[in-house]
Amino acid sequence: MNAEIALFLIQDGFTNGAIYALLALALVLVFAVTRVIFIPQGEFVAYGALTLASLQLGKLPGTAWLLLGVGLAVAALELTQALRLGAAQRIPAIIFNYIVLPAALLGLAWWAAPQKPALTLQILLALFLVVPLGPMVYRLAYQPLASASVLVLLIISVAVHFAMTGLGLVFFGAEGSRTPPFSDAQWKLGVLTVSGQSLWVMGASLALIVALLLFFEHTIYGKALRATAINRVGARLVGVSPAMAGKLSFTLAALIGALSGVLIAPITTIYYDSGFLVGLKGFVGAIMGGLVSYPLAAAGALLVGILEAYASFWASAYKEVIVFTLIIPVLLWRSLTTHHIEEDEE
Amino acid sequence: MTRARLVLGAFLAFMLVAPLALPEFHVTLLNYIGLYSIVALGLVLLTGVGGLTSFGQAAFVGMGAYTTAYLTTTYGLSPWLTLLIGLALTFVVSLFLGVISLRLSGHYLPLGTIAWGISLYFLFGNMEFLGGYTGISSVPAINLFGVALDSGRKFDYLIWTLALLALLSMHNLLDSRSGRAIRALKGGGLMAESFGVDTARMKIIIFVHAALLASLSGWLYAHLLRFVNPTPFSINAGIEYLFMAVVGGAASVWGAVVGAGILTILKQWLQDLLPKLLGQSGNFEMIVFGVLLVLLLQRAREGVMPLVVRYFPAPRKPLPASVPALPRRVRPAAGAALLELRRVRKAFGGLVAVNDLSFAMTSGEILGLIGPNGAGKTTVFNLVTGVLPAVGGEVHFRGERIDTLSARAIVPRGLARTFQQVHLLPAMSVLENVAIGAHLRGTKGVVSAALRLERGEEAMLLGEAARQLERVGLGTSIHEQAGSLSLGKQRILEIARALCADPVLLLLDEPAAGLRYQEKRALAELLRKLKSEGMSILLVEHDMDFVMQLVDRLVVMDFGEKLAEGLPQEIQTNPVVVEAYLGGVK
Repeated sequence: MNAEIALFLIQDGFTNGAIYALLALALVLVFAVTRVIFIPQGEFVAYGALTLASLQLGKLPGTAWLLLGVGLAVAALELTQALRLGAAQRIPAIIFNYIVLPAALLGLAWWAAPQKPALTLQILLALFLVVPLGPMVYRLAYQPLASASVLVLLIISVAVHFAMTGLGLVFFGAEGSRTPPFSDAQWKLGVLTVSGQSLWVMGASLALIVALLLFFEHTIYGKALRATAINRVGARLVGVSPAMAGKLSFTLAALIGALSGVLIAPITTIYYDSGFLVGLKGFVGAIMGGLVSYPLAAAGALLVGILEAYASFWASAYKEVIVFTLIIPVLLWRSLTTHHIEEDEE
Repeated sequence: MTRARLVLGAFLAFMLVAPLALPEFHVTLLNYIGLYSIVALGLVLLTGVGGLTSFGQAAFVGMGAYTTAYLTTTYGLSPWLTLLIGLALTFVVSLFLGVISLRLSGHYLPLGTIAWGISLYFLFGNMEFLGGYTGISSVPAINLFGVALDSGRKFDYLIWTLALLALLSMHNLLDSRSGRAIRALKGGGLMAESFGVDTARMKIIIFVHAALLASLSGWLYAHLLRFVNPTPFSINAGIEYLFMAVVGGAASVWGAVVGAGILTILKQWLQDLLPKLLGQSGNFEMIVFGVLLVLLLQRAREGVMPLVVRYFPAPRKPLPASVPALPRRVRPAAGAALLELRRVRKAFGGLVAVNDLSFAMTSGEILGLIGPNGAGKTTVFNLVTGVLPAVGGEVHFRGERIDTLSARAIVPRGLARTFQQVHLLPAMSVLENVAIGAHLRGTKGVVSAALRLERGEEAMLLGEAARQLERVGLGTSIHEQAGSLSLGKQRILEIARALCADPVLLLLDEPAAGLRYQEKRALAELLRKLKSEGMSILLVEHDMDFVMQLVDRLVVMDFGEKLAEGLPQEIQTNPVVVEAYLGGVK
C-alpha cells in the first residue's frame, strides 16, 4: 500500500464515517430521551435514499403512500382516544395533521415528481415524505409502552425494523438504486484526489452537527429534550411532556436518518434492506460512547468508517465481519472499565 | 387424572403416530416446529424468565450445524462426536460473549448478539472451506442403533424426543433452588443478591444454556436437511426465534412449542398468501410479524401461554410430611458482642449521608435506629448489609470486619434483611418466595436440578420455608401467590424469608411503614416472639409508638450523625431529640 492509497482510504473512511457519526448521534439522542434503542434508524436511511432515487427517475415514491397509510393509522388511534376522553375539540387538529397533511404531501409528490424539479427541491420533498414517519412510528409503536423496560422497547424496535424493512420491499421493490452525485468536481491535493461528493457529505454532516448543538444549547425544545434525558420525572414535573419529548427526538432521528440516506445514496447502491447494516455501524460507534456520550459516539463512528475502508481494501469479503467483530473488544473494554450498578427493572 | 395429563397424553400419542400417518409436507412442518421449539425454549428461559435477550441465537444454531457439516463431510467423523464438539465450541463462545457483555447493563447483551450474529453470518458466507454462500452438501445421515435416520419421517422421532427431553429438563430446572434464583433475575436481582444468589453467574448460566440448546437444534438441522448454507442462520432468523419465545410467553415451558408452532404455520400461510395479494415475491411476512409483535407487546406482554395455562391449573404439590431439618449455625451467647460500627462514613457526591457514625449492639438485643426523614438510616442499613460501600470507618460483625465484603458474602455470616419497599416475586407462591431466603443453605446446582437429582435437598429447603412461614403465622397462605397478599402479610413474608437464611441478626428496614393498626400489633407481637427465641434485631423505623414499646435501646440519627443513644424512656425526654423531631420551641 502506498501513501496515495492510504490517503484515499482515509478520505473514503471519513466520508462513510461522517454518516455513521450522524447516525450515532441520533441513536444516542433517542436512547437518552426515550430509552429506546432505535434499531429502525437504518430504515429511515434506506427510505430517504430510495425516495430521492424515485424522485430523480420522475416516479412517485412509495413512501408518499406509506405516509398516508401510517397517518390514517395514527388518526384512527388518536380519534378513538379523543372520543373516549370526550375531547371533541382535538378532532380537527388530528384530521388535519394525520390525514389532510399526508394527503396533501401525496398530492404534491404526485404533481411534482414527473416534472423532475431541481435537486434541492427533490431532497426537500424526500425529507417531507420520510421525516413525519418518525414521530408517527413513535406514536404507534412506542408511546403506548413508554414506561416499559429497555428490553421490551428494544424488542419493539426490532419488530418495527422488521415491519419497516418489509414495507420498504413493498414500496420500493427488490432492486437497488444509486443516485447521481451532488457534484462531479475533483480536486488534486498533492497525491490525493478529493471528490466533491465526499466534501458534500463531510460538510453537510458537520453543518448538521453544529445545527444540533445550537438546537440543544439555545432553543427551549432543545433544552426540554436535554432535561428529559437527564431526569425524566423531573422534566415532567416542570411541564415537559414525555410524549412531546419522544416525538421530537424521533423527528430529529428520522431527519438525521433520511438526510444520511440522501447523502449516502450517490456513494453506494442502496436496497430496501441496506439501511439495517448502515444503522448498525452507527450503533457500533454509539456503543463506544456507552450510548451516552455524543463526542465519543461520533469519534467511534469515524473509527468504524476508517476501519471499514481499510477492511474493504485488505479483505473486502470480510469487511462486515471485521466491522461487527469490533464490537467485541469494545464491549470487553467497556466491561472492564464500567462498574455496573444493579438496576432492578420489571 | 388431571386435564393437563390428559392433554399431554393425547399430544404424545399424536407425536407417536403423526410421522407415520401425516402427509410428507406436514411431517416436514412438524420437524421444523420441533427444531425451532428447541431454540425458542432457550429464549423462553433467557428472555421470558430471566429478562435478558439475544438476537444471535440463529448464529449459535449455525455453529452447531456448520461444525457437524464440516467435520462429518471433511474428516468423516461420527455425527455423535461432532455433536459434542459443536456443543463444546458453542459453550466456549457463549461463555466468552456472556462474560464480557453481562457485566454491562442489560441492553449490551442483545446489541452484542446482533453484531455477533451478523459477523458469523458473513463469516459462514465467505469462508472457502465452509463452501461460501453455496454451503456444504451431502452431510451424512445419523445412525441410531443401526438405523439410518435418512427420511424426514424417521428423523421426526429424534427431533421430538430431544425437544421433549429439553422441555422436561427445563421444567425441572425452573422448579428448583437454581430455578428460583433464575426466576428472581427479572425484577428481583437486588433481593436475590441479598440472599446470596450470584446473579451475574446465573445470567451467564442461562445465556450459555440457551446457546447450547440452539447449537443442538443446529446439529439436528444439518442432519435433517443433509445440507447447510448461511441463509437460515442470518440475523433475521435470530429475530424470528425471539418472536417465537415472545409469542409463546414464559408462563410455561410449553410456550416455546406453542410460539414455534404459531410462527411456523403463520409464516407458511403468509408466504403463500401475501405474494399473491401484492403481486410480487418477497418476504412480506416480515411486515405481519413486526406489526403482530408490537401489538402483542402492547396488549398481551406475557404472550399466549397465560391464556392456555388458565385451563390447566397446576396441582398443589403437598409438602413432604416429615423431612429432616437443615443444619443450623452456632449462635452466640446472649450478651456477646454482635455488631459494631466504628466511625462509618458515606458520602454521595457532596452530600455526607452518614458522618462518622459509631454504635454497637449485643446478641439478643432489639436495637432501634430512628431519626427524621433523610437522617441516613436506610443508608446505614445498606452499609451494614454491603449493598453500598462505605468511604470510611469499619463495620464488624461477630469479631469479623464486613464492610469490605459484598452483600452476597455477608449473608452467610448470619445477617439477613428485609426491604423498605417489599421486594417479592409477585407471580411466585409464598412458599417459593420464602425458600429463596434459604438459597445458601443448599448447594445443588443447575445440572442436578435438570436431572432431578436434588429432590432430597429441595424437600429440606421447602420444609424449612414452610417451617418459617408457620413460625411467623403465615402457615395458611403458603400456596397463594405472593402478589395477592396484603401489604402487612407481604412484610411478614419478608421476615420469614430472612429467617430462612438462619440469621443471627435480623435487619428490618421500616417494617411497619404503610401498615394498619392491627397489622402493626401483629408485627410487634411477632418481633417480641422472635426476641424471646434469642434472635437479635436491628430495626430501622420512624413510627415512634411502634419503636418505643418494642426495643431495648435506641440510636437516634439526624443529618447523618448520632444525636443520642440510650433506653427508650431516656430518649423520649432527651431535649435534643425532641428538638430534632418537633423543631425548636423558643
